[in-house]
Amino acid sequence: MIKPHRSHTLYGFFLLHRISGIALALFLPVHFTVLALAVSDPASLDSFLKLTDLAAVKIAETILVFLLAAHLFGGLRLMAMEWLPWTDWQKTLAAGSLALGLFTACLFLLQVI
Amino acid sequence: MSVDENSKNLEVSVWRGDASGGEYSHYTVPSYSNQTVLDVVSWIQQHCDATLTYRFACRVGMCGSCAMTVNGEPRWTCRTHVNKVIKGDKLTVAPLRNLPVIKDLAADMDPFFEKWVKAKGVHEPSASRHDPMVAVDPQSPQRMAASEGIECINCAVCYSACDTVAANPDYLGPAALQRAWTLVNDEKNKDANSVLDAVSQTGGCHSCHSHGSCTAYCPAELNPMKAVAGLKRTTAFKFLGKRR
Repeated sequence: MIKPHRSHTLYGFFLLHRISGIALALFLPVHFTVLALAVSDPASLDSFLKLTDLAAVKIAETILVFLLAAHLFGGLRLMAMEWLPWTDWQKTLAAGSLALGLFTACLFLLQVI
Repeated sequence: MSVDENSKNLEVSVWRGDASGGEYSHYTVPSYSNQTVLDVVSWIQQHCDATLTYRFACRVGMCGSCAMTVNGEPRWTCRTHVNKVIKGDKLTVAPLRNLPVIKDLAADMDPFFEKWVKAKGVHEPSASRHDPMVAVDPQSPQRMAASEGIECINCAVCYSACDTVAANPDYLGPAALQRAWTLVNDEKNKDANSVLDAVSQTGGCHSCHSHGSCTAYCPAELNPMKAVAGLKRTTAFKFLGKRR
């Protein structure tokens, strides 16, 4: 349960950025391990990639793309906040980064269904 | 105050104890219209237990001494109306988070102010009374940046709301860093670079995770997150060789 002092908009975006970052950090070693199969064992890679035809895997990939995009655009927002002159619409920028993340995930989903 | 005809009694849990530990005590308090959380605490002390310890002074949101944790959120209790924060008929009042407890609802503010000093938050004048008066343009961007944070009442609500303070005991905290940003932009402060050096150390502005809780909870509606971002930007450019 979210504690009361954390129940405000920007804390939610902090959580999204942190959780998406951890999820990507966990995903990347698996991702590179699978990619390495292209060199070490192409037949295994081909059979593994057949899993991407499953609906559940497509949904999981879409979630992953959303996390990646949300982390990317959220990170750009944080860098802008810390390196560029201040703007008072931080919540709007955060909402925009979320919208871009969702838009990117939807684009991906349309590609794979 | 008149009794609020539409409401029942308040069920109030108040943290009682000291630095070694404690627990919540429960009180039933009559509900009044226009009742603040400080009114509730005062009623308990006057009618239930005279040993209840808490701190207040001005009662009008200027002195910053009455901040407590109300239903899990840091608040200035003298300006927090019960009907804005109550959940059902229950109210929970505890001392400020992230500070040692002296007794009951009175938190020890020493660590908070020690960090102000550590952040070089003490104004050091650039001239004496014998020097000619320096003209300051109140509309200059630098002066406006200094003026934005100058109304801080030192209530420590931001310090209590901050999860970075909770996780990192060395972190100076939003109030001290906002004070540092004020002095960095104050033309009458002697040495802005020494302030920037102080806030660049371990536990300084770069420890901030930009949760935004300081700005969300500041009762004076100041923006410590903006001040910390300003310090991050200025110290980073200074590190890269840009002169102020």
